[in-house]
Amino acid sequence: MSERLVRWAAPLAVGVVVLVLWHVLVKALDVPKFLVPGPLLVLDTLIADWGLLFRSLLVTLKITFGAFFLAVVIGTTVAFLFVQSRWVEMSLFPYAVLLQVTPIVAIAPLIIIWVKQPTLALVVCATIVALFPIISNTILGLRSVNPGLINLFRMNKATRWQTLTQLRIPSAAPYFFGGLRISSGLALIGAVVAEFVAGTGGTGAGLAYQILQAGYQINIPRLFAALLMITVTGVLLFLLMVFLSKLALASWHESEVVHES
Amino acid sequence: MSALFASAADPVVEIRGADKVFANGTRALSPVDLTIRGGEFVTLLGPSGCGKSTLLKMIANLIAPSAGSLGWWQSGFDHVGEPGKNLVMVFQDATLMPWARVQRNVRLPLDLAQMARSDADARVAEALALVGLTGFETHYPRQLSGGMQMRVSIARALVTEPNLLLMDEPFGALDEITRNKLDADIIQLWWKKKLTVVFVTHSIYEAIFLSTRIVVMAARPGRVLKNVVIDEPHPRTEGFRVTQKFAAYAKELTELLAEASAKGATDL
Repeated sequence: MSERLVRWAAPLAVGVVVLVLWHVLVKALDVPKFLVPGPLLVLDTLIADWGLLFRSLLVTLKITFGAFFLAVVIGTTVAFLFVQSRWVEMSLFPYAVLLQVTPIVAIAPLIIIWVKQPTLALVVCATIVALFPIISNTILGLRSVNPGLINLFRMNKATRWQTLTQLRIPSAAPYFFGGLRISSGLALIGAVVAEFVAGTGGTGAGLAYQILQAGYQINIPRLFAALLMITVTGVLLFLLMVFLSKLALASWHESEVVHES
Repeated sequence: MSALFASAADPVVEIRGADKVFANGTRALSPVDLTIRGGEFVTLLGPSGCGKSTLLKMIANLIAPSAGSLGWWQSGFDHVGEPGKNLVMVFQDATLMPWARVQRNVRLPLDLAQMARSDADARVAEALALVGLTGFETHYPRQLSGGMQMRVSIARALVTEPNLLLMDEPFGALDEITRNKLDADIIQLWWKKKLTVVFVTHSIYEAIFLSTRIVVMAARPGRVLKNVVIDEPHPRTEGFRVTQKFAAYAKELTELLAEASAKGATDL
């Protein structure tokens, strides 16, 4: 069996086994559908409510991508600034760490009050959640330059700009893409959590809102269906980042190179 | 013939009483007086800790001497880079940019100097031909063997058309067969391009094969022992390695180094 085939077939097989187990256990233990719906029921609900759920997914995705884009732009800018000046980094990095450790559920209500526009408020929350990995990984990457190459550039009297664009940025690329993988998922989580916290104060249109509503109405199959959508979206986002990573690094970085065994 | 050529040539590097003491008090090098003339192939030979790399880095202006001074083409380092006064250094690590192909790696010094792309590419082609890597322009470093990566590193050094080539144990990380091949290639290059080379190694055999003159150094404290002129005309072939003359030099150098390490006293 070729390696590529196994790479797809193996997780798929695990998935099928889990689904079958789920189905059998729900049937065998006679679990009521308002507690744990079986996989077939969830699938039926997903198809039946597709219109509603898909529209909601698009709203959540809009917030996710908006936040992700902002996180990348702000994150890389901040990382460059920090690397250029030790002073700036020393003074501001602790506050950047604050981003990492602040529980978004606690400050989201505040942001939603301060930022009047509901969609923008949700984007801000999600951006805060997604920002730190980009800053942290990009700084690490910009600093992790081969000292031999730094010497080489210096001996050739390279300007700061030349060193930045021709040495630091390519050196930082693998770390940056690593940060993207983490951040994309966080942007989605941030969007969903912010909307959860916002409740009726939010846009009232995203997937998290549908989950909340389904919870209130004890429509558990729909809740499961919505959760399934979020999970699959998260996985697809991650795979998208992996794909971008491969595109940029495949020719040279150890993480992407296919080794002949 | 090369001896005549050397003594008639102008000094390229003059080291006047330069020594090095590091911040923590370690004396890396005792004061050295050394003149390297145009067209010479000078090898700094000695065991670990004799200060040969330190001396080479001083010549490259990467380290400043604690006392004494150095002169390049009979003036200061700020004139280095002017036409005819080009200096370049090759390290033990090939230090290539892994994300760039060979063409781009070799062209780097010219790109940084903002030379026109077409002119730069022409020089790259010439440099690659000199090191025997024509046809490998689109390869990535990871697709090359250690010896080939070293050749790319040397091509990158040659592309700036240097007059003075400094090499810090460049073949130390390679196997003996590759090393011998590269030794032969480097003296061919030196001869063809009329370079001045300062080469650092701890291999007696490599030093004898390559050099017009060997500066023998000892450790504890790091110092110059003696200059040994290798009186064998260039171009040299592999055959030289197995001649009586070669063996005689090897004997002389081995004894010199052994005696020095036996006598060695720690600097107090």
